[in-house]
Amino acid sequence: MKTLQRSIQELLRYPSAVAGLVIILVLIGISIYAMVAIPYDEAIRLWRGGEEEWYQNPRNVPPEWINYFTKNDLPRSFVLSSQDGSAEKVVAAGAQGSTMTITYTFDFPYDDFPQELILYFSAMYAEKQPYVTIVWLTPDGREISVAKFSIGRSHTYRFSQDASLRRKLGGKWSVQTALFANPDEETPVPMKGTYTLKVIGITFEADSDLDAKLVMHGKVAGLAGTDHRRRDLMVPLLWGTPIALAFGLLAALGTTVTTMVIAAFGVWYGGWVDEIIQRITEVNMVLPFLPILMMIGAFYSRSIWLILGVTILLSIFGGTIKNYRAIFLQVKESPYIEAAQAYGAGNWRIVFRYLTPRIIPMLIPQLVVLVPGFVFLEASLAVLGLGDPVLPTWGKVINDALSNGALYQGLYYWMLEPAVLLMLTGLAFALVGYSLDRIFNPRLRGQ
Amino acid sequence: MAQDKLLCVENLTLYFRTIKGAVQAVDEVDFDLGHNRAVVILGESGCGKTSLAKAILRLLPRNVETYSGKVYLDGVDVMSLTEEEFRQNVRWVGMSLVPQAAMNALNPVIRIGDQVAEPAIIHLGVKKNEALSLSRKMFQHVGVPEDFLSRYPFELSGGMRQRAAIAMALVTSPSLIILDEPTSALDLLTQANIFNVLKRIKHELGTSFILITHDISTSSELADDVAIMYAGQIVEVCDAVRFFPKPLHPYSQMLMASVPRLRVDQEPKFITGQPPSLIALPPSCRFAPRCPSRFEKCEQAPPIVENEGRKVKCWLYS
Repeated sequence: MKTLQRSIQELLRYPSAVAGLVIILVLIGISIYAMVAIPYDEAIRLWRGGEEEWYQNPRNVPPEWINYFTKNDLPRSFVLSSQDGSAEKVVAAGAQGSTMTITYTFDFPYDDFPQELILYFSAMYAEKQPYVTIVWLTPDGREISVAKFSIGRSHTYRFSQDASLRRKLGGKWSVQTALFANPDEETPVPMKGTYTLKVIGITFEADSDLDAKLVMHGKVAGLAGTDHRRRDLMVPLLWGTPIALAFGLLAALGTTVTTMVIAAFGVWYGGWVDEIIQRITEVNMVLPFLPILMMIGAFYSRSIWLILGVTILLSIFGGTIKNYRAIFLQVKESPYIEAAQAYGAGNWRIVFRYLTPRIIPMLIPQLVVLVPGFVFLEASLAVLGLGDPVLPTWGKVINDALSNGALYQGLYYWMLEPAVLLMLTGLAFALVGYSLDRIFNPRLRGQ
Repeated sequence: MAQDKLLCVENLTLYFRTIKGAVQAVDEVDFDLGHNRAVVILGESGCGKTSLAKAILRLLPRNVETYSGKVYLDGVDVMSLTEEEFRQNVRWVGMSLVPQAAMNALNPVIRIGDQVAEPAIIHLGVKKNEALSLSRKMFQHVGVPEDFLSRYPFELSGGMRQRAAIAMALVTSPSLIILDEPTSALDLLTQANIFNVLKRIKHELGTSFILITHDISTSSELADDVAIMYAGQIVEVCDAVRFFPKPLHPYSQMLMASVPRLRVDQEPKFITGQPPSLIALPPSCRFAPRCPSRFEKCEQAPPIVENEGRKVKCWLYS
C-alpha cells in the first residue's frame, strides 16, 4: 500500500502524467455518468431506435454550440405541445362538441430556416372525426391559412410535404422557407420575430378531445448533433467511452499478463514447451491480424466480447513474448532461482513468485501504453463495418459518418467528435504510460 | 552402508554432457557423515566440489550425461525417490543448502523475513504468521537483528545476507546443511563471525554440516572430518584431528603446504602444473602428472586404501 502511494506521488511529479491522469479520470467520469444516466438497455433501445424514437430531432445537424462559432445563428429545434402546457389550449364548449384553439407562440431570432415543421395530432372521438384549421401568423402581421382537414385518432402533418400549401405560398421556395422568409426579398431571408401557429379544431361529439404537438426541426440539435437517423450523437459518444475503456483495458491486461505467464512457463520448463511456444509465436507473428478478425466478424460473430477474446488470443503470441523470454532467460540463471529450487519451491511457485515479479516494472508501463492501441483496434473494426452491431461505439459513429458521406456533405462534427475522443484517450494513456516507464525504469529518467 | 550414519554417499557419479565430451565432475565419490558432525570438502577450483553438493541435493542442470550412485540420508535411499518425492521430503526437510554466492541467492523482490519463511511455508505447511515467527527465531540464531525481517536483500550487507541465507537453510530444522563456500566473498572478521555462528548452531541444534570450501585455515575451525577432492574424486578422507598434522595423500600434503603460515619463515609452496581437464581423463592416477612421488604403479587408477579409519586413494599406501 505504501509502495503504491509512493508510486502515485512520484507519478504526480510529472506534469504529463498529471495531464494524462486528468483525461483518464474525466473519461472514467463520463463512463460512470453514461452508465448511470442512460442504463444499458435504454442506451441500446435509443441507439437501435428509429423514427418513432427520434422524431423530435432533425436529421444530420451539428451540435447547438456550433452557433457560438458561426456568424449565422442556426435555428434550434424545439417541441411545443398542448398536452404539457407549452402551447396554449382554449376550449369553447358547444352543444354538440366543442371548438378548441391551440396556439403555439415562439420566437424566431435565427439567420437560417428550419429543416422541417411537423404537427402531430392525437384525437379522441367515437365516430365523427374532428376537423382542424391551421393558421400561420408572421411577425409582420400576415395571416396565412395553412391547411384544413379532418384528422383520425393520430395524424401527422408535415408542412414541407403539403404541395398545395407550397403553391399557395408562391411555389418559389420550399414551405418551411416561405413561411419564415420575408416575401419582399429576392433571395430568402428569414424574418426574425414572434411567430404564432394556430390550430383550430372542431369536434362533433361531447367527449371528443384533440391535442397537437408542434415539432420544429432546426439546424442544430443537442450537445453532439444528430446523425442520419435523427439519433442524438450524445448516446454513442457517452456510451462509447465505457466500451472503449473496457475493451482497451481488458485487452491490454489480458494480453500482457497472459504473455508474461506463458513466457515464464516456457522459459522455466524449457525444452519442448519452450519450443512449441516459440514456434507458435513465430507463426502467429506472420499471420495478418486484422484480416483474421475481419473473417471472424464476417463469417462467425461480431460480438464485441468474441472480438475481445480473439484479439487477446492473437496478441498473446506476439513480439512481447520474445522480449519477456529474453529477460526470463537471464533471470532464470540467477542464484536466487537456484536457491529457491534448492529449498524445494515448486515449479508454479518459482514461476509466479520468483520469475514473473522481475518483469512487473516493465509490464506496468507497457500495459498502460497498450490500452489505446486496443481502443483504436476496436474503433478500426467498427469503421470497417465489423463493430458490434448492437453497441453504440465511437467507431460505429465514424463508420456511419463515412458511409453517409459526412465529410463530403460538410458534416465535420459527425466525424470529428468520436475522432477527438479517440485521440484524447490515446494521448492520456500514452502520457501516463511513458511517465510510468520513466519511474519504473530509472535509467530513462531525465536529469 | 553404515546404519548409524546420517549421510552415506556411495559411488556418486555425475557427468555433464558437452560438445567436447563428458565432463566427469563427480566420479564415484564415497564418503559418509555422522550425526552432529561437520565434514569439510577441500579442493581447488573446478575439482567438482559444487557439483558434488548439487549431486547430493539432486539439483541438476539440463546437460546431465550420467547421474548414478547411492545417497542414503538417515538410512533412506534418496536416489530412488521420484523428483516430486525428493522435492517434498528431502530438500530442506532432510538437508538444506546454503548456495555458493549466497549473497545473491536471495530474491531481490521479496523481503528477507518472507524469504526466510518460504521454505517453512513450502515444507512445514505452516501459516505465514507462524513461518514468520520461525524465521524470527532463526534470525536470532544467526545473529541478525529482528527489524531486518522487513528489509529487502539490497538493504543488507554481504555478511548479513550470508547469515540470512544460513537462517533460510535452518528454518525447517534439517539435520544436514550443505554450505557451498559460505565465506568466499567476505572479509576476515565477517568470516570469523559466520564460522562462530555455524559452530554455535552445530552445538545448539545438533546439525551436521558439509562445508565446501577452498579456504583451508578457516574451515579447520569447524571441521570434524576432512575430505580432499581432486579432479572429481575424493582422494582422502580423515578426521580433522589426524589429518591436519599429517595428511597422507601427496596432493593433500602439497595442498597443506601451500597455506601461508604465521611466524614460520617458509615460502608457501605451490603445485606445478594444472589440474587435468575433466573431459577425457587418463586411466592413470589423476594426480600422477603433478605428483612428486609418482612411480610405475601410478599408470593405473589407484585403489582406496583404508588404514586406521583413514581412507586414501593412493598407490603409496597399498
